[in-house]
Amino acid sequence: MAYNRFKNKYVEEVVAKVLMIAATVALFVFASSIIYTIIANGWNAMSWEMISQLPGGGFYIGKEGGLLNAIVGSMYIVGAATILGLIVSIPVVFYLNVYLNPNSKLGYAARLCFDVLFGIPSIVYGAFAFTIMIYLGAKASLLGGIIVVTLLIIPIFIRSMDEVARSFPRAIVDAAVSLGATKWETIRVVVRQIMPGIATATLLSIGRAIGDAAAVMLTAGYTDSIPTSLSQPAATLPLAVFFQLQSPIPQVQERAYGAALVLTIIVLIISILGRIITNRFSKHRIK
Amino acid sequence: MSQQQLQYKTSPYRLLKEKVASTTMLILTLSALLLVVLIAVGLVIKSMPILEEKSLVDLVFGSSWKPMKGEFGFLPFIAGTISVTLVAIVLALPISLLTAIFLTEYSKDWVKKAVFPVLDILAGIPSVIYGLWGVLIIVPWISEKLAPKFVEFSTGYSVLAGGVVLGVMVLPLMVSLFVEIFSSTPAELRQASQSLGATKWQTTKKVMLKHTRAGIFASVMLSISRAMGETIAVLMVCGNIAQMPESLLDGAYPLPALLANNFGEMMSVPIYESALMFAALILFVVVVIFNILSRIILHRLQKNS
Repeated sequence: MAYNRFKNKYVEEVVAKVLMIAATVALFVFASSIIYTIIANGWNAMSWEMISQLPGGGFYIGKEGGLLNAIVGSMYIVGAATILGLIVSIPVVFYLNVYLNPNSKLGYAARLCFDVLFGIPSIVYGAFAFTIMIYLGAKASLLGGIIVVTLLIIPIFIRSMDEVARSFPRAIVDAAVSLGATKWETIRVVVRQIMPGIATATLLSIGRAIGDAAAVMLTAGYTDSIPTSLSQPAATLPLAVFFQLQSPIPQVQERAYGAALVLTIIVLIISILGRIITNRFSKHRIK
Repeated sequence: MSQQQLQYKTSPYRLLKEKVASTTMLILTLSALLLVVLIAVGLVIKSMPILEEKSLVDLVFGSSWKPMKGEFGFLPFIAGTISVTLVAIVLALPISLLTAIFLTEYSKDWVKKAVFPVLDILAGIPSVIYGLWGVLIIVPWISEKLAPKFVEFSTGYSVLAGGVVLGVMVLPLMVSLFVEIFSSTPAELRQASQSLGATKWQTTKKVMLKHTRAGIFASVMLSISRAMGETIAVLMVCGNIAQMPESLLDGAYPLPALLANNFGEMMSVPIYESALMFAALILFVVVVIFNILSRIILHRLQKNS
């Protein structure tokens, strides 16, 4: 009896270990399966034409043209949303960490709110923005897309910058203030301290923004041309994948694979850059 | 510095700037609170027309969805959302728990260095790419290999396909939440257990998992709320049939998919628009409640440790 129990626990140990390794390997299998599938299918569809031309006449029955509309549309939306997001979130993070006391109720409530905002599905943001736009009499447009994506990524910005900012030494702020700086003026010191946080937060937000389909579907619409003003609709890469995949024509589906490959490559580059930056950008950081 | 320069440096201008800056930042911070309230109020106002016409019970438990006849039963969509989410979590929970335990308790540093970038990549892949992967790999696998063993015919676009795709999508989130929780368990607990002769796995099972159960619960809740709102990937693989799914191989139609598919055409019928906003409201309410609860639990745990 005693012997049995003694033996069992080592058997259990081995079984558990094997299962754990299997689970970890499964992660690699999933990731490589996804990336392999996208590359294998998208490779044939890739050509210079795909990324340098607008959809031509008869594009959606398989004739010539490319995805430039979606690539540029995505860049406009993501670029503008990222800049707006940074402008809003840096002051908020600064306020939460420098102005408010670490145990402040307002700080707790605001952080909880940003967590909740982070959790709200992008389709709900889209639906909400859509009704507001109807109320204002606006149609699906680049501006609508930019605003909704900005709302979507602000919580990501704030949460990930806040994580870094919370651990930075407050003594730095005290030192600056004791030298006569106002609290606002210490932002220069603080921003330098949380620079790696800002950089990774930015990449994280870009990744989320460029991949979002549900919210832009309702707010930015889709178009074959490059928007020349904020009130025109704009195409985006995820929707280029989504819409073209629904086509019954094989050549058009092929293009969906191409668009997916472009999107995946962009996201992978962002993810790799993120790793490099987190490792390198810590120059000004005092620990 | 002369007296005059000093006076200039401490002029009211700097103090004014300070005032303006702090007020602006306060307003920005408060607008987060405001935005949550605004979304809630907006969705409630927009779903009022349908709530006035039908009772809440009829809407939530009605199973007939014929918008043109004025029948709005949300049960098939709610059932679709729940079943796809449930399959996803059931699949993802053991994998993510085991991986997280492996990473925090067992693995060497080089394993962590290899796994974390993979988690980054999985977390960064856009949902439409997951959807495409589902369409190209999971759906054919179900319809050609798996389904023939159980039923006569399945297109593969099913609850199971949605669940598998969604399960893989929530993996990185779950693993990183678990890793964070596990690494905050005090080392003394483990040492005490191991010094009494328990193996690593026994310690993990009986000490660590018990110690972190509240955190695990909160993380699962957070992942559920994440999974519930996922739109495009699920929409691409789950079939979008407005019926009660009876098996894993039946098609389903989750709430987010309903929203995404119908937003363009709903404009003509006001009550239809209201019904869709009600769908958004259901999602919003559930997600917000789950989020707040799990955040409060996680926050408490952080404070105690």
